[in-house]
Amino acid sequence: MTLSITVNQRERQVDAGPNKPLLWILREDLGLRGTKFGCGVGQCGACTVLLDGKAVRSCQTLLSDAAGHSVTTIEHVATLPAGKRLVDAWIDIDVPQCGYCQAGQIMSATGLLSATPQPDDGAIEAAMKGNICRCSTYLRIRRAIRQAAGLEKAGAAA
Amino acid sequence: MMDEIASVSRRGFLTVSLVAGAALTFDARLAFAADRSGQSQPALNAFVRINADNSVTIGAKNPEIGQGIKTMLPMLIAEELDVDWEQVRIEQTLADAKVYGPQSAGGSRSTPVNWLPMRQVGAAARQMLVSAAARQWKVDPAVLTTSGGRVFDKAKGRSISYSALVHVAATLPPPDLASVPLKPDDAFRIIGTSRRGVDTPAITRGEPLFGIDVDLPGMVHAALEICPVFQGTLASLDDSAVRAIPGVIAVIPINCGILPKGKNDAVAIVANSWWVANMARRKLKVTWDTAGNEANSTAGYATAAAAALDGRKPQSDLVRAGDIDAGLAGAAKRVSARYSYPFLAHATLEPQNCTALYTDGKLEMWAPAQAPAGGRKAVADMLSLPPEALTIHMMKIGGGFGRRLISDYMVQVAQIARALPGRPVKMLFDRPDDTRHDYYRPAGWHELTAGLDSNGAIVAISDHFVTFGVDGKPIRAAEMEPTEFPSQVVPNVHYGTTFLETNMPTGWLRAPTNNAMAFVFQSFLDEVAEAAGLDLPEMMRRTLGPARQLPQIGRNPVFDTGRARAVTDAVCDFAGWKGRPKAAPNGTGRGFGVYFSHSGYFAEVVDLHVEGKTIHIDKVWVIGDVGAHVINPLNAEHQVQGAVIEGLAQSLIGQKITLDGGKIVQQNFFDFPLLRMNVAPPEIAVRFLKSDNSPTGLGEPALPPVIPAIANAVYAATGQRLRDLPFTLA
Repeated sequence: MTLSITVNQRERQVDAGPNKPLLWILREDLGLRGTKFGCGVGQCGACTVLLDGKAVRSCQTLLSDAAGHSVTTIEHVATLPAGKRLVDAWIDIDVPQCGYCQAGQIMSATGLLSATPQPDDGAIEAAMKGNICRCSTYLRIRRAIRQAAGLEKAGAAA
Repeated sequence: MMDEIASVSRRGFLTVSLVAGAALTFDARLAFAADRSGQSQPALNAFVRINADNSVTIGAKNPEIGQGIKTMLPMLIAEELDVDWEQVRIEQTLADAKVYGPQSAGGSRSTPVNWLPMRQVGAAARQMLVSAAARQWKVDPAVLTTSGGRVFDKAKGRSISYSALVHVAATLPPPDLASVPLKPDDAFRIIGTSRRGVDTPAITRGEPLFGIDVDLPGMVHAALEICPVFQGTLASLDDSAVRAIPGVIAVIPINCGILPKGKNDAVAIVANSWWVANMARRKLKVTWDTAGNEANSTAGYATAAAAALDGRKPQSDLVRAGDIDAGLAGAAKRVSARYSYPFLAHATLEPQNCTALYTDGKLEMWAPAQAPAGGRKAVADMLSLPPEALTIHMMKIGGGFGRRLISDYMVQVAQIARALPGRPVKMLFDRPDDTRHDYYRPAGWHELTAGLDSNGAIVAISDHFVTFGVDGKPIRAAEMEPTEFPSQVVPNVHYGTTFLETNMPTGWLRAPTNNAMAFVFQSFLDEVAEAAGLDLPEMMRRTLGPARQLPQIGRNPVFDTGRARAVTDAVCDFAGWKGRPKAAPNGTGRGFGVYFSHSGYFAEVVDLHVEGKTIHIDKVWVIGDVGAHVINPLNAEHQVQGAVIEGLAQSLIGQKITLDGGKIVQQNFFDFPLLRMNVAPPEIAVRFLKSDNSPTGLGEPALPPVIPAIANAVYAATGQRLRDLPFTLA
């Protein structure tokens, strides 16, 4: 069965079961492997993408739910104004350690700043607590979001 | 690719091709520092390529698990090569110990092992380029200087790029790496400066860097159904329903490897999609022979441990000094307490995976492995292949923490790949597989007793440690060092061990053994200090005594009491430590812990408050001494902060693995939680003390002391002693 979804502003035809999660559609059918598999049950946030601009867990989003909607993944996040500011801050502060969760972190943060350009710490925690970082880069994630939101000055490293 | 750069001649020389057609030959018997096993490993390495545009490609030889080694080791080479960091491009090398020397991410050993050899590689290349310039200009090389990838003749006001020199340099005899001059420390321009992770930009672009991202033409995907009871075997298999599923290619019984052969069976389902393969597990009809292993449970272990401690006689001695019975009997005061900690999973966010292609007796692997040499041996043994038949690509690793020091995933996918010659196979664990088929941090139980003299000095200490072992020997990561502080500085000592048997596979978790021992001993010493009318920093100062080096057994060459005292004093200054609170507990508390592990000395202070039964961490102060240089301060601070928060995770959020009926109860992050942003403290302040010692590693040693610092702070805040991990407040 072929379904149509818009991914990173391109309409894509996907021939897969309607119950296949968007995560595996992205990774296996569309070759977009920046979106990561962590838990498969919406617990870790590694698979976060934007669906019509809102952060969702792609492992819990079926192909049939995504069909007809617009999906943005990490590969395209820098084309969004908030995404670009976040990516710049992520690099400036050097947020990642192993890096595996970071696509999901950036996508959740992009969802947050797109809706709430200047979030307070409570709003940052509420938006980000669904994203696990096993390396515990949380202090820098917080700082990068605040920097991207213009709430904190840039860091200093080569 | 480094595999195109590096080739090793039969004489054992190193060949580095600098540009197409040109080659430098180093006599590259690197004097690698002795590794953990005590063997000095002569290594032949190929790391440096000067490109035509005068950029420099540097090979990063160790697995990158988030510890920053892919950035840091090339910093050492670039420093001595005297190039600007902006000129440097970094490529991950192949796993090949014969060419690159030891390649593992474990024990915080990469820094001490590679500190000199990587600098020597860079210095040797620089010396050849300088000699080439001297020959070209007909001057004494001693008058030449280098900077930014150029050689300068300042007297004559001329300079030349490295790239213009490589053809001449290639004709010169290679210098002896062991004696090649290195820069004086005050000339460092890269070492000691903050450099961002080399892969950070690619991560923000979602580039496929990790093992799970490997994609090869014609690749198929495998999911595993593993016997849920450890050490069980396959009894019957009916795969007819699975084979009927569209997309399923093969069903292949395998052995899970690493553990004893003939046990721990699994069935691999191979399909054109991992999603299909994993869903197909539901249709698999499989029965397992689990006889003899179902009686294992963590509840049973706890009962057996309590019985052992009640019996009061350890099975075997770990260390005995003086006369423990007389020492305790003659003490003015005695303190006794029991401590315990649970099994833990590693829960790397990237589930275990590996990719392999078997063709004509050769196996090519794409492995997110922390110890690829161990994986090579395990795979070669399992498949009865010569180790040279394996080519191993080291993939970026989505979290190590010690899990990927065990190479089970390599052994598993290798068996599947051999059954499907010519087809690349990627094997991936589902999250419950990852939780239930880990190599767990072993649980442990301790009963400690200390005796104080009338001056408050510790005159006797005993510990009965109940752990896991076979035939009177601890299993992996279940050991304790006889030198565990304060055994070497107290006159009457007895540490003894009782071993329980388990069917659980155990392994190393970040700061293995130390992550538990620091909790037990630094928490207990806080109790002892209180009995002596002291705070823990003061008890540590008195017990450490004058600065001196004590011999260590195990991973650390010596224990320097002066360094331990220096970090203790420094963190007390840093945090404004004011001693044990005199007022009654009011829900706010401050605690201290200091610990030496993995050659690093760390002292930490935790401020916290308690609301109901919840512990909130307000701030952590850290002082670390890892030697004379912090090579990349930007990453060093981050490693320390990550280690501290991992200690918080082990303490505060209920992390514990339990076994029932011989199998693991937990399966995912809802029952084995990882720490989330809302539990991370607002601030972790990190400073380093520079001491006159060769630099050592940072992945691990900052973790252990934070756990007792929390326990001690909770006591200050509430009057409750927390003696069992994970912490729960009454």
